[in-house]
Amino acid sequence: MNSVLTPILALLWKDILLETRTKDIVVSVMVFSLLVIVVFNFAIEPTPTLVALVAPGVLWVAIVFGGVLGMTRSFALEKDGENLHGLMLAPGSRDGIFFGKMLSNTLFMLLVEAIVFPIFTVLFGLSLAEPELVLVAFMATVGISTVGTVFSAMAVNTRAREVMLPLLFFPVAIPVIVGAVEATGFVLRDADLGETVQWVLLLAAFDAIFLVVCPFAFHLVIEE
Amino acid sequence: MTDGAGQRGLAIDIKGLSKAFGRTRVLHNLDLEVPWGEVLTILGPNGSGKTTLIKVLATLTRPDEGEVRVAGANIARLGQRTRRITGVVTHDPLLYDELTGYENLKFVCRMFGLDRIDDRIASVSEELGVTARLSQKTGALSHGLRKRFSIARALLHEPSILLMDEPDSGLDQEALAMLDTVITDRTGPTKTVVMTTHNLERGLALGQRLAILAGGAIAFEESVRSSSGAAALRKAYFHHTGARV
Repeated sequence: MNSVLTPILALLWKDILLETRTKDIVVSVMVFSLLVIVVFNFAIEPTPTLVALVAPGVLWVAIVFGGVLGMTRSFALEKDGENLHGLMLAPGSRDGIFFGKMLSNTLFMLLVEAIVFPIFTVLFGLSLAEPELVLVAFMATVGISTVGTVFSAMAVNTRAREVMLPLLFFPVAIPVIVGAVEATGFVLRDADLGETVQWVLLLAAFDAIFLVVCPFAFHLVIEE
Repeated sequence: MTDGAGQRGLAIDIKGLSKAFGRTRVLHNLDLEVPWGEVLTILGPNGSGKTTLIKVLATLTRPDEGEVRVAGANIARLGQRTRRITGVVTHDPLLYDELTGYENLKFVCRMFGLDRIDDRIASVSEELGVTARLSQKTGALSHGLRKRFSIARALLHEPSILLMDEPDSGLDQEALAMLDTVITDRTGPTKTVVMTTHNLERGLALGQRLAILAGGAIAFEESVRSSSGAAALRKAYFHHTGARV
């Protein structure tokens, strides 16, 4: 196996194993996301017109804020006991560490979305079982976890890591969040496919940019 | 061993190494040569830069200035190659508390892309006396046992160069004897050990050469064979560092 793929798979294996033991990330992200959805469900009158208007925003606020919470925990795990140094001692490229952590963050967020989406459907009376929406959710999650991984590696070295990560993350991730909200809105309103596609293309463009830039930034962040 | 230093038979060749953290200068214009087959013990008071030196050699920290070659390879350019041939024991055990000893060691094997994982784990576990603890979560183990696992993880890929930062801290007498065996077994023409310690007697017993780090550079070096003993070395240590050991 090549030097990039080996640490990616090893990290993924380790993170899944740890998560099955502790359930720290998935449970906290899921509970937070569900709480946000429930609070919004009580806060607004769920008429069909209003729901179609605000539901995409509510859904992605829940997912993104929950995801930030999970990513803070994900790197705190590596910082405790300086385990990040343990990862850095492996002979593979540092890119392998980045993509390994990014993939496990993506996996945990997708798992949470798989639980949150059906509950959202029930509470807001909207069907999220659209193939286009699955694509939008996947691309947005990849973008969010790519940016989130590099900034959580940066924030974990600060004293107020829980506060610092959202401050660093949101300004950079705004294009992905806007793209996800708009694309979800168009899908839920059964709008013309072309309008959805332009937001999907925006998501794809930002995913591509982040997937190239973030590993470079990660190198600089983790080395003292 | 592809170029310059390697052909001269140096395992480690450091020239003009400087490293600062903010305004704090930790290493300053440090020169050090370690031939293959040598066990070098580095002594120095707290804050003298021992850990930073080990971290630079392990490619965990980038030097600000100077050139560092490990097995002939410049670590700034060939970090991956350096990491493949070095085993590192740090202050922290680098273990995940929620994983068992076996799972921690298996994870290291997978990160290094090693084959015969179970054989390697069985071999190093036996050497470090932790076979019976492999199924326990490392978070539930004592400091000494965690340290043994920490040493075991550094040996899994059979490194040519062993970098150990105070490996003897927190070990009981039985574990210290095992550590001595680990170091002795890894002494030979193609092996090199660099260790830091506060224990002068241990440094004299295990090391072939002793170096005192003070003021960010090697202030004193002496072969153990030509050493006039612990008392004289203690005096030299006090002279160069102003501290007692």
